[in-house]
Amino acid sequence: MIDPASGHDAIADIAIAGGRIVAIGAVSDDFDAARTIDATGLVVAPGLVDLAVRLREPGHEHEGMLESEMAAAVAGGVTSLVCLPDTEPVLDEPGLVQMLKFRARNLNQSRVYPLGALTRGLGGEALTEMVQLTEAGCVGFSQAEVAVRDTLVLLRALQYAATFGYTVWLRPQDAWLGKGVAASGALATRLGLSGVPVAAETIALYQIFELVRATGARVHLCRLSSRAGVELVRAAKAEGLPVSCDVSINHLHLTETDIGYFNAAMRLVPPLRQQADRDALRAALADGTVDALVSDHTPVDEDAKTLPFGEAEPGASGVELLLSLALKWGAEQSLAMTDTLACVTHKPVQVLGEALGSLASSTGRLVVGGVADLCLFDPAASWTVTPGVLQSQGQHTPFAFDATGFELLGRVRCTIVAGHVAKESA
Amino acid sequence: MLHKRNPQLNKHGELIHLLSIEGLPAAVLTQILDTAGSFLSVNEREVKKVPLLRGKSVFNLFFENSTRTRTTFEIAAKRLSADVINLDIARSSAAKGESLLDTIANLSAMHADMFVVRHSESGAPYLIAQHCAPHVRVVNAGDGRHAHPTQGLLDMYTIRHFKKDFRQLTVAIVGDIVHSRVARSDIHALTTLGVPEIRAVGPKTLVPGDLKEMGVRVCHDMAEGIRGADVIIMLRLQNERMSGAMLPSSSEFFKSYGLTPAKLATAKPDAIVMHPGPINRGVEIDSAVADGSQSVILPQVTFGIAVRMAVMSIIAGNDA
Repeated sequence: MIDPASGHDAIADIAIAGGRIVAIGAVSDDFDAARTIDATGLVVAPGLVDLAVRLREPGHEHEGMLESEMAAAVAGGVTSLVCLPDTEPVLDEPGLVQMLKFRARNLNQSRVYPLGALTRGLGGEALTEMVQLTEAGCVGFSQAEVAVRDTLVLLRALQYAATFGYTVWLRPQDAWLGKGVAASGALATRLGLSGVPVAAETIALYQIFELVRATGARVHLCRLSSRAGVELVRAAKAEGLPVSCDVSINHLHLTETDIGYFNAAMRLVPPLRQQADRDALRAALADGTVDALVSDHTPVDEDAKTLPFGEAEPGASGVELLLSLALKWGAEQSLAMTDTLACVTHKPVQVLGEALGSLASSTGRLVVGGVADLCLFDPAASWTVTPGVLQSQGQHTPFAFDATGFELLGRVRCTIVAGHVAKESA
Repeated sequence: MLHKRNPQLNKHGELIHLLSIEGLPAAVLTQILDTAGSFLSVNEREVKKVPLLRGKSVFNLFFENSTRTRTTFEIAAKRLSADVINLDIARSSAAKGESLLDTIANLSAMHADMFVVRHSESGAPYLIAQHCAPHVRVVNAGDGRHAHPTQGLLDMYTIRHFKKDFRQLTVAIVGDIVHSRVARSDIHALTTLGVPEIRAVGPKTLVPGDLKEMGVRVCHDMAEGIRGADVIIMLRLQNERMSGAMLPSSSEFFKSYGLTPAKLATAKPDAIVMHPGPINRGVEIDSAVADGSQSVILPQVTFGIAVRMAVMSIIAGNDA
């Protein structure tokens, strides 16, 4: 078992009862197990926590259903996930959030933590009922991919959220400079694709940091993409600003050159950038400047991807790749397994903080008395990512290049949520 | 992370689609130019036909309107004895909501042998080439800002015709480079054929600095850009870019970057002036230059037919 939060890495028995871990190591003789799972050769880790998963419901059922995407999550060992409000309708009403939570709970799989819309309809004009949305189950407020253009509205939104201690999740991208389809630079120029300059990210970060200084609001920055952006976040954290940030598995492993001959699977937001940016993101995740690794799971249907690059819908399915791509990054950075797993377990829980309520103290950890959310995986098992291999309804991933596929290490064998086996595979 | 074979070449390195000049070896470009040379005489005969594409169906798929380019492809295909079907998709299926690949699937079912594609999105012909039947050939007739390879090749034919040796030349490309598929195709062809100095000339809004990674010298000053040039390629300035955030006005553009007789005098005395057409007189080029003795704009058009015949006959003759 590996508990990244405590650094505990040992061979031990774990006893689970009533949805909680009741013993680690010394299991008392009178503990009568209804079921025993032999995890010999496997790593028993806390269930993964993914801060960016699109479940596509309501409104985008042609791209993903709660059933398919929740199945994908547990197949990936993810026991807690944060979903975005860019559904149809947008998650800006407490009733919608309650319905989503209710439907997700009935599936008895991962725990679902919705982000509510920061503004009504993500329109960037009127604030949502944040207090009531929080009561309905929202863990923070987000604009998804839609920038708030009106800085006065953004200031007010941060002030209001700060009043109640809510975290605002923002993807730092200037609305005007962010209109292109690939990273500005030699590749976009050569392919004739419209570019998104690094300044689209840095200008937004400067703006956000100024507003954080003015309001004291806690902000989580979603999907950093550039070296310059990483440097700004590092400086902001050194200054003591209440900010955290994440990076996606795509940006940790790919660069713009992977676009190749207009491969629409590489059409992502933010766009893939250069090698130096990827290297900076990898280093920043290792040194803690970046708090969490996320899948940015975005199932896209076939019709929306088989279009010319600039017209193709951005996004990729990824929740099933989170573990393997975290392990790949960790191995390439020569990190200890505990440090690698921290980026997908207790560190994202720290980002969520108090929003998890009573679960905050044990989610993403293995502690006696804590919730029994576990991921059992074989770190040495290889598998091949090919189109058609994913549980997600969206079969597009940049890591399934073609029929020959892409080989990854780390296979989830068993996912346990609140003591219940949500997914098991041989 | 993974690099696929250039989709326009078969496993023997022979051309099966023409999607971009990028990545094509000099030998392939030279083969096309040489073949075009042999077709030039066909175009001067009384009976302007050869039977190389007899029985083949060539579909002109223009998702973006262009009467001129479509016509040159139509003439080229007909002189090769192909059956030519012109489809103005911009006004038909796409307007009814049919997807690009559905259109392709439908036309493939009509036993098309070759698609000549013009599309407003960069990379669209790649998508079509990936999804059509193995025997079908695709010619890119201009995709977004990305490539216009037959224009690039006809420009090379023109330069070779008048200047013989690419390895001694200074070529200046002037105007709206950032939005120009012609400029990109010219740059790839010129670098592949060994031109030592290629200059991209225009204001910073239209000539991005990272063009130098394509092997060109970026010049924002017109005088520096055309001084001593052997070849000057003027690009068309699209109407929608003449005023707005890219440029304040067409007259201001002409003042700084328009090619006048006085500016042309600073190039080599025997410099040639090219333009892909249609020209905007008084915007990028003065009439005295466009109609002057150094202009080769009309020969470009003539060579364009022969080059397109060469491309179609070569790709039709190679097996996937």
